[in-house]
Amino acid sequence: MLTQTPSQTVGPFFYDALIAPGKPFIPTLVRDGVQGQRILIVGTVLDGDGAPVPDAMIEIWQADANGYHNHPADPNYAKADPNFSGLGRCDTVNNGRFEFQTVKPGRVEGQAPHVNVRVFSRGMLIHANTRMYFGDEAAANADDAVLSLVPIDRRDTLIAPLLPSNGLPTYRFNLVLQGEGETVFFTP
Amino acid sequence: MTIKQLLSRINWKGQPKYLHPAYTSTVKRAPQQPLIPLPHTLSELTGPVYGTGNIGPLDHDLTRNAVRNGQPIGERIIVTGRVLDDSGRAVPNALLEVWQANACGRYIHKIDQHDAPLDPNFTGAGRVLTNANGEYCFITIKPGAYPWRNHLNAWRPQHIHFSVFGANIMSRLVTQMYFPGDPLLALDPIYNSIDDEAARQRLISSYAHDVTQPEWALGYRFDIVLCGSKMTVFE
Repeated sequence: MLTQTPSQTVGPFFYDALIAPGKPFIPTLVRDGVQGQRILIVGTVLDGDGAPVPDAMIEIWQADANGYHNHPADPNYAKADPNFSGLGRCDTVNNGRFEFQTVKPGRVEGQAPHVNVRVFSRGMLIHANTRMYFGDEAAANADDAVLSLVPIDRRDTLIAPLLPSNGLPTYRFNLVLQGEGETVFFTP
Repeated sequence: MTIKQLLSRINWKGQPKYLHPAYTSTVKRAPQQPLIPLPHTLSELTGPVYGTGNIGPLDHDLTRNAVRNGQPIGERIIVTGRVLDDSGRAVPNALLEVWQANACGRYIHKIDQHDAPLDPNFTGAGRVLTNANGEYCFITIKPGAYPWRNHLNAWRPQHIHFSVFGANIMSRLVTQMYFPGDPLLALDPIYNSIDDEAARQRLISSYAHDVTQPEWALGYRFDIVLCGSKMTVFE
C-alpha cells in the first residue's frame, strides 16, 4: 500500500475559494421537482469552552428521499433523483451557525435515515466525521447497526431533534468539538 | 461465501492527531473521545461525481482567472501530479479545489490583516479535475510566506491548500502542498503535527525540470494518495 497523503488544516482563509458565490457546493441540495419531504438542518459548531466556531466549514453527504445515491457504486444509481445533489457545504460565519436545505433521506441498506457530516476548521488538523440521525425515527434508530456501535450514553449527540416550526420540518444538529456533550466522531 | 466491497481505511500513523498543542488553535477544538470505526455502507462507498461540465475553462489557471487590468505579480509556476488511491490506482475525475496567498503572502480573505499588498489580478483560487490517468495540472503564482500569531515570529512556509474529492466520500481530503527546501518547514507546527517522516514528506512537492517550460514557468510535481481504495473481501 502507498503512504497516504496526510491531512492539514483547512485554515482560516478558505472562504473565497470554497464558499463564495459561484462555487460548486452550496447549502441547498434540492432543486425544483425534488422528490420527498423537504427539510432544514440547522446547528451550531461549538468549541471546548462552549464558544461558537465562526470559521468552520460543514459538508453533508446523504441519499435522496428514496435512499439512492447519484454514484455508480449504488445499484440504484440510475434511479437517483436528478433534482437532488447529495452534497452540501456551508460556512459558519454567522456565529457558528449553519443551515442546509435538503430532503429527509430514505433508508440505505436497511439503516435508519442518516446524513454523513464533516467538520473542517482552523485548529483542526484533520476534519471530523460524524452521522446525523433523525429524532422522529426512534424505531429505526433503535435498530441501526452504526448507532449500536456508539456507547448508549453518547448516542443522543447523533440524534437531531425535530424543532417546532411553522415552515419546513427543521432538525437541530449541533456539533460539539470537545468537552461535555462532545459529538461522537467516527474514523473513516 | 459472499463477496463484499470494502474501502481501505485511513492510516492514523501517518496523520496528524487532533490535539497538537504547538498549534495553539487545536487545544479547544480537538475532539477528545475515542473515534469509532465507521462501517462502510453505501453511504460511505458513494460520493459526489463530477465531470468537465462542472469546471470553467480558466478555473485551472490562477494567473488568468482573476485578471482585471494586467497579469498577477510574482513567479509563475506549473503544478502537476497524479491523484492515486493507496493501492496505486489512478483516481479519474477527482475534483481538486486549490487556494493560496499571493506572491506577497497575502490572502484575498477579508480577515487576513497581514500588512502586505493585495494583487488586483489574483484571487488565489482555482479548481481542476483529474483526467483518466488521475493527472491534474494548474498554473499559478508561487505563494509567499506569511506571518501568523501562533507564537512569537511565527511564519507559515509557502504553501498551496488542496481540497480533494476522490472516488467516494470516505477518501475526502483537505491538505496543503509545500515547496522543497523551505527553511520554514522545520519551524512550522502544522507541518510538524505529523510524526511519521514518510507521510510528512508526501506534503512536499518536488521541483520537476521536465514540467518547467522554457522562458515561461518553473514546474513542481505533487502526487496525492487517498485512502478508500476498493478491496474485495470474501466472507
